[in-house]
Amino acid sequence: MASIIEIKGLTKRYASGFEALKGVDLSIEEGEIFALLGPNGAGKTTMISIICGIARASGGSVTVAGHDIVRDYRGARTAIGLVPQELHTDQFEQVIDTVRLSRGLFGLPRNDAYVEKILRDLSLWDKRNNRIIELSGGMKRRVMIAKALSHEPRVLFLDEPTAGVDVELRRDMWKLIGELRQTGVTIILTTHYIEEAEEMADRVGVINRGELMLVEEKTALMKKLGKKTLSVVLADPMESVPAELAEWNVTLNADGHEIEYIFDTQAERTGVSSLLRKLGDLGIGYKDLNTKQSSLEDIFVSLVHQEKAA
Amino acid sequence: MSLQNFHAIASIYKFELHRFRRTWLTGLLVPVITTTLYFVVFGGAIGSRMTEVDGIAYGAFIVPGLIMMSMLTESIFNASFGIYMPKYSGTIYELLSAPISATETVIAYVGAAATKSLIVGTIIFLTAHLFVDIHVAHPFAMAGFMLLIAISFCLFGFILGIWAQGFEQLQVIPLLVVTPLTFLGGAFYSVHMLADPWRTMTLFNPIVYLISGFRWTFFGRGDVAIEYSLLFVAAMLILCIAIIGWMFRTGYRLKK
Ligand SMILES: Nc1ncnc2c1ncn2[C@@H]1O[C@H](COP(=O)(O)OP(=O)(O)OP(=O)(O)O)[C@@H](O)[C@H]1O
Ligand SMILES: [Mg+2]
Repeated sequence: MASIIEIKGLTKRYASGFEALKGVDLSIEEGEIFALLGPNGAGKTTMISIICGIARASGGSVTVAGHDIVRDYRGARTAIGLVPQELHTDQFEQVIDTVRLSRGLFGLPRNDAYVEKILRDLSLWDKRNNRIIELSGGMKRRVMIAKALSHEPRVLFLDEPTAGVDVELRRDMWKLIGELRQTGVTIILTTHYIEEAEEMADRVGVINRGELMLVEEKTALMKKLGKKTLSVVLADPMESVPAELAEWNVTLNADGHEIEYIFDTQAERTGVSSLLRKLGDLGIGYKDLNTKQSSLEDIFVSLVHQEKAA
Repeated sequence: MSLQNFHAIASIYKFELHRFRRTWLTGLLVPVITTTLYFVVFGGAIGSRMTEVDGIAYGAFIVPGLIMMSMLTESIFNASFGIYMPKYSGTIYELLSAPISATETVIAYVGAAATKSLIVGTIIFLTAHLFVDIHVAHPFAMAGFMLLIAISFCLFGFILGIWAQGFEQLQVIPLLVVTPLTFLGGAFYSVHMLADPWRTMTLFNPIVYLISGFRWTFFGRGDVAIEYSLLFVAAMLILCIAIIGWMFRTGYRLKK
């Protein structure tokens, strides 16, 4: 597939001197759903703001649909729809008026039939003549989505579309995003939830402290995420891991009271039961067992370690 | 100059006028009431003792000044709020992310604000007719002058709106600079009526040139020559456009 967004060496230093992006390279393919994962302050919003024209890059370049975002900002921005993280709305205006304004701002002639379709798709048609101040938070977020869709973008940025949204609306949002993808729209969304990336994305990028640490097909990443750690608290401390356990590649903690085994939940044989059987055979007693899911945090930690090692 | 996105200009312009329409009653009543009050106080009470200034009936003499005063405040207020509010509420994100040039943005916002202040100016002009006989010597020059003033002060207001980082900053220039200068700008008297140190000092007040020029379009004469007035308005226009150009180029208080 052809790429629709090309980001090269993108850096951002805020006026305060803070370096929010430290040279990001990324290419987004046309028609894909790309999830950008990262903790608070990672630089997700900063990156989106630069691509959309809200912030200026300090270095590097971005093209959208072949248009440079600075030199040919009209071409680039025409292709983009943005739903920002914060709810910014014209509180005293009617829903339908602000959606029409958005369409006009992007240079398109008025099209009531199209606006009606969007508002119906987002279950906002009944509220079209309400002032925005009269809507709930979730409805306001949908108004912002309607505004972004009103000008028929090829690329849609959703900055934490499901923050502060109830479970049902979250499902609706996922459905909507799926439908948009069917129509060929490229979608880039940011989220803190692995579950969300898992549900929707084709590819996932992980960003931390202004650096893109990994970009991977979701299925490949899910394999990594599917790993769990089994900790076995031993009845008696051990000096070293017995050679018989080499096959499981277990690690012993510093005081010798606990061994850890990392396994793949998706694998046919996780190796958990065989390990426990082996421990029994060897006469190694244990007081407690627990497993924990590798979280996004763990991935960060392991990524950081890998980086240091490299 | 890049003007391609006419739909965008039209959309912003309509949206802004729509915003004004929501408060049209106060928007129109205020100038009518203010003008009436000025006529009662200055035209009626003071004018009865002071029949003529420079050979013009006092009631008629103050009309250009009154129109100018209201138009200056309206222009600055509307244009500064028009751009400050999106900044304040955060909806400016949409303007910044739209395929619209700086020139187009300014035309739309300043155009809408100028339209409103022209409407207000016209209403005051019509209201004044209820109180005094006014014969306009140069009607086309008058309309043109009103248009120029509306545009230059809306540009000024636009700059203020981008610069302001809080509501009090938004108010401070109009209240502390523009209103006093307008009062001392010869709206209610002729500069010739002042004794000399004051009279010379007055000539440093830019508003004097505006009111004088506007008065010239009514009566064929003003405190200073009409050329100076036009020169002043032209200078102000150019300065404002230059400042706005710089603001957009650098993203001053607009882009992070
Ligand atoms: N206007 C600004 N001036 C200075 N620093 C800023 C500014 N905006 C953001 N930052 C800093 O840049 C970093 C990245 O912020 P950004 O909003 O891009 O994070 P994010 O990944 O979107 O986080 P979140 O998940 O919380 O939304 C943060 O450390 C933030 O404090
Ligand atoms: Mg963010």
